Amino acid sequence: MIALDCLTVSYGAGAARVNAAHDVSFAVAPGEAFGLVGESGSGKSTVLRAIAGLVAPAAGQIALAGQPVGPRRSRAERRLLQMVFQDPYGSLHPQQTVDRILSEPVAIHRLDRPGRRVATALREVGLGDEHRFRFPHQLSGGQRQRVAIARALILQPRILLLDEPTSALDVSVQAEILNLLSRLRREHGLTMLMVSHDLAVIAHLCERIAVMTRGEVVETTTADALAEGRVRHPYTQELLRSNRRVAGG
Amino acid sequence: MSGPPLLQVRGLRVAYPGEHGDFQAVRNVSFSLGRERLGIVGESGSGKSTLGRAVMGLVAPPGQVAATTLRLGETDLLGLTQRAWQRVRGRRIAMVLQDPKYSLNPTMAVGRQIAETHRAHFRSSRAAARQATLAMLASVRIDDPERMFGLYPHEVSGGMGQRAMIAMMLIAGPELLIADEPTSALDVTVQLQVLAILDDLVRKRGMGLILISHNLQLVGAFCDRVLVMYAGQVVEECAAADLAHARHPYTRGLLAALPELGHRRAELPQLRRDPAWLADIVA
Repeated sequence: MIALDCLTVSYGAGAARVNAAHDVSFAVAPGEAFGLVGESGSGKSTVLRAIAGLVAPAAGQIALAGQPVGPRRSRAERRLLQMVFQDPYGSLHPQQTVDRILSEPVAIHRLDRPGRRVATALREVGLGDEHRFRFPHQLSGGQRQRVAIARALILQPRILLLDEPTSALDVSVQAEILNLLSRLRREHGLTMLMVSHDLAVIAHLCERIAVMTRGEVVETTTADALAEGRVRHPYTQELLRSNRRVAGG
Repeated sequence: MSGPPLLQVRGLRVAYPGEHGDFQAVRNVSFSLGRERLGIVGESGSGKSTLGRAVMGLVAPPGQVAATTLRLGETDLLGLTQRAWQRVRGRRIAMVLQDPKYSLNPTMAVGRQIAETHRAHFRSSRAAARQATLAMLASVRIDDPERMFGLYPHEVSGGMGQRAMIAMMLIAGPELLIADEPTSALDVTVQLQVLAILDDLVRKRGMGLILISHNLQLVGAFCDRVLVMYAGQVVEECAAADLAHARHPYTRGLLAALPELGHRRAELPQLRRDPAWLADIVA
């Protein structure tokens, strides 16, 4: 469903040029949940942004559903994947109601029956009609993240890109959102690519996990191997040790 | 333990007046602290940060602080004038906040900010303040204190910035340090380094530490004793080592809701909040 072949993204020019992601290759099967884990500056979000078409690769290929895609996407290519961002306080327009936030993608993609689609999307994420005409500041952090997920789902994408979707949330709310994402994936056969710094969170949702540091994938492993500590690369081992000592949050 | 405890808190309340009556941010909290590491955990809105600010005398009006006892050693903190607070805050109690990007002055070199703290508290000369700052930077394990002294906050990483913050807070030699989510903005490998530095300094100087965090595991691993807050009250107090055997359903619910490596579950148990947890706890 997602295939990256030697993806390189760089910022800056000349001597100041840095590769934020270098030679990144992996493939995610339809219906699979794949994780990208790493610390700040590891390039994990850059990879996600390149897949979303938000930054142009300097080299390499991105293919979605078997078709190579460039940085300029057709409407159909854009509808294929949707993204959920980290901070539900920053990713929703503060002066728009939930109804307006959810109606906008429907209008952009000229889909029929917008009212019904909004109601369905809200129900899917466990919100009701009583939330439909509220503003983001009238919702809790967890409810806002549900709205952000509904906005992604309303276009019926086949791929969901998740950038630290629970790291701004309390532990109890994080559990609710992770359960919601698992259920949506099961019910809709969604392919998910999740970026996180938290090994336990990523191993909870994803079967396979790529570990990134300094713009490169140093190891691709499975949640089971991580749980049992069967990892090869010294960086993965260090990450695992640190997570075991101060996990959570 | 000989002498009075470092900090004694009895019946502490913080209220914010509102249209529909007062909002009780902290409700009847009591604890005492020796030269130990006390963790205060809770979710957003539980009152944990407000509690820390109340101990520092930093609850701004219209917030109201009341207590039957609030003592730092022999000093009664209740009813201190602003002028008297100036001699307590920074000098005897210091506070480290979450993000060094916001707590450091962006327009002043790091070293000058730390030296200024030294000069303000000890009326020291520039040269003496500079020497003290360089020694303090070395004690938070900054390899090249001379270089760090002249750097601006945007030129240092999050971990280095937080070390500089710790240096600034400890340079006046406080007895009590309140650290409010001191490592939450940092990468997990850096968190461990910063916590180790904090731990080392607190032990060597025989200080008391209050570590405020949302992260149960971190507090459990790093502190001696833990208070769990819910809706402004302390619902559970236990030794950090016993956190896994916590009794209150809220604490147990939070622990269960955490995803765990090596214990993969299809569904995470979701916390069911019992309205009975909101009732006043009578000590």
